[in-house]
Amino acid sequence: MSSVLFDTPGPRAKVWNIVYTVVFLALLVLGGWWAIAKLQDKGQFEAVMWKPFTTSEAWTTYLLPGLANTLKAAALSMVIALPLGAVFGIARLSDHRWVRSVAGTIVEFFRAIPVLLLMLFASQFYVKYTDISSEQRPLYAVVTGLVLYNASVLAEIVRAGILSLPRGQTEAAKAIGLRKGQMMTIVLLPQAVTAMLPAIVSQLVVIVKDTALGGVMLGFTELLNSRQTLSANYANVIPSFLVVAAIFVILNFLLTTIASWIEGRVRRGKRTTGAVVGVDEVEDLATGRAI
Amino acid sequence: MFDFLEGYDLIGAFWVTVQLTLFSALFSLVWGTILAGMRVSPVPLMRGFGTVYVNIVRNTPLTVIIVFCALGLADVYGVTFGAGTDDVKSQYFRLAVFGLSAYTAAFVCEALRSGINTVPKGQAEAARAIGLSFTQVLTLIVLPQAFRSVVGPLANVLIALTKNTTVAATIGVAEAAYLMKGMIENEAALVAIGAVFAFGFIVLTMPLGLFLGWLSNRVAVKR
Amino acid sequence: MNFRKVGAAAAIATVLALTAGACGGDDGDNGSGGSGGDGKGKITVGIKFDQPGIGLKEPDGSFSGIDVETAKYVAKQLGYDEKNIEFKETKSADRETALANGDVDFIVASYSITPEREEKVDFAGPYFLAHQDLLIRADDNSITEATDLNSKKLCSVTGSTSAQNVQNDFAKDAQLIERGGYSECIGALQNKVVDALTTDNAILAGYAAQSQYKGKFKLAGLSLSNENYGIGVKKGSDLKAQINTALEKMVSDGTWQKVMDDAFGPANFKFEPAPQIGQLK
Repeated sequence: MSSVLFDTPGPRAKVWNIVYTVVFLALLVLGGWWAIAKLQDKGQFEAVMWKPFTTSEAWTTYLLPGLANTLKAAALSMVIALPLGAVFGIARLSDHRWVRSVAGTIVEFFRAIPVLLLMLFASQFYVKYTDISSEQRPLYAVVTGLVLYNASVLAEIVRAGILSLPRGQTEAAKAIGLRKGQMMTIVLLPQAVTAMLPAIVSQLVVIVKDTALGGVMLGFTELLNSRQTLSANYANVIPSFLVVAAIFVILNFLLTTIASWIEGRVRRGKRTTGAVVGVDEVEDLATGRAI
Repeated sequence: MFDFLEGYDLIGAFWVTVQLTLFSALFSLVWGTILAGMRVSPVPLMRGFGTVYVNIVRNTPLTVIIVFCALGLADVYGVTFGAGTDDVKSQYFRLAVFGLSAYTAAFVCEALRSGINTVPKGQAEAARAIGLSFTQVLTLIVLPQAFRSVVGPLANVLIALTKNTTVAATIGVAEAAYLMKGMIENEAALVAIGAVFAFGFIVLTMPLGLFLGWLSNRVAVKR
Repeated sequence: MNFRKVGAAAAIATVLALTAGACGGDDGDNGSGGSGGDGKGKITVGIKFDQPGIGLKEPDGSFSGIDVETAKYVAKQLGYDEKNIEFKETKSADRETALANGDVDFIVASYSITPEREEKVDFAGPYFLAHQDLLIRADDNSITEATDLNSKKLCSVTGSTSAQNVQNDFAKDAQLIERGGYSECIGALQNKVVDALTTDNAILAGYAAQSQYKGKFKLAGLSLSNENYGIGVKKGSDLKAQINTALEKMVSDGTWQKVMDDAFGPANFKFEPAPQIGQLK
């Protein structure tokens, strides 16, 4: 094993690596043992705490409907936020100053406000000015909040992606006589999206996680909210949190895996050299946006 | 028009938000750097730990992590972070800082790791050629350059952290969102209250974003 | 040139659409939320979903608790079949809005009648008189009055008024720990991280009566406040009078006593006798 940061270990380095491994392993094992012993001590591993999760009722009554709502809100938000983000990202690069400044203001505004506040606003807006049924309102409010925030972030990602493309792409597109719209949709945007896929995917993970905010104040019965009802029944607060956290991790892991599979296919199928240039830089620019 | 604000310590609440942000930013920077070091280290176990940590923490909702700090760390493990058993307020503040740092560190780590990738190979190779060890290569040559190239991404992490402090309200830390929830319950002016708090967050995050954007251009490594 | 990319995008969109579609199947109900009480259609009642003994969603999807039983009785008296009652979760903060919007026809959700709330909604009842009390560990004899809480740790739900009451009026030096729900507090009480959990005694008794907790906790038996549980209806609704009649009948035919005995017997909770309709204590 070698990387640019270190040489292939020689005999001494190998010994040191083994020492580090052993020390680190010992620390991990100690920490883990302490954590588990304490949980055991407080009776968190008793069968009665975990047994509910082996019954179908716990899943069909609480967790699965919650999960369904989480997925529904996340999927809707993604489907709406992705194109909206692309539109705003392009608008920020418009040749018309007023389009640029309007889009810029909107994006900066919604990026600066906590999502929870956006959801609360949306909820009140729907109460006051629409007659959406109360069944659907929490979902609408959650999706609205998520879309406003994440579309703004996605807009920034798309903009960074387009800006990262080599000038030659634009120039060549102009040279063969493409109109501005054509240049954007068939030359720049596809390459930008490919280049920014990792950043876009981590933003999609944010959407999935942030659906949980809707359960806190809006009474949206997503996964975390159903967990509360579940543990009121079974008196297993800590195990229920562990299970729900595991579901989220698996869900997002699936999302990133599928996305990287798609990404791999897209990259392999690429015949242009354009997007490959600058891919790394763009990823670096974009990492950390998604949080 | 703003008479509903009377009797509420708005500044105090936002001050707690600022404190949460600053402490968490500091700790997550330190812990995130260590994690990034682990993820590129020659020891496979450390690389594995870093990867597992980042992937679990990044994929868990922050609310779950914060609540777990209260239910797990405080209740089960009796962690007080030196706050003393009779000082619940500082204990929960520190628990919130811990949770926010643990979460944000995963993002700091990923930002730094991609920063490390932007440092040209030649730099590390030259450093190795003059006989520097892994730790020396990392701390003397690579990380200083990596930090400069990731000011932009780190700024975004910091802004997100500022907004994420609102989640600390879940375990009763009296920051801005906590006060807002209380005000909404007591006053019949949801939209006005929401607007005031949204404005507060814009005041906090926008200058921060502009300043760090400027800084990121200034310190960027020109190649 | 972009076929593959378009294909990939389409694949994502399809996956998302499928997920959305697969999950959208459960809301086909004709959700006649605000249709009011006329006819023999559905009636929507707001309850709590997460309070054992008061309003709880059971694993089999049914509901239990005194609020649920009261709601069923009242709905029956109003002429609705039990299977036409639709229960909806109304969290404390949502209750006034839910009534004002017509999301629910009436609310039975440990809903204390207060002057501030009476400005926004109308109340039928009261149907139960609760008091703010403390839940403590069964072997803890150090708390017999509220002032004993000074220097002790107290758990309550984030932003709840009962915790503020204790800190402002009864024990200023009590340390307050706040959690998202009462079940999160109970664990802390069991692990001796906190010494008491405060809210209405009926809610506390509901938790103490749960099989997992039986014998582990007891009520301190304090009456720190009077909480008159009422049934909330939309301001100006004519349901109020009908519900009051139903509640009077519930008490006079003995159903009330039976419901309360069933719910609170296991916790050994001595509840107040049925209050007079319209008489607040």
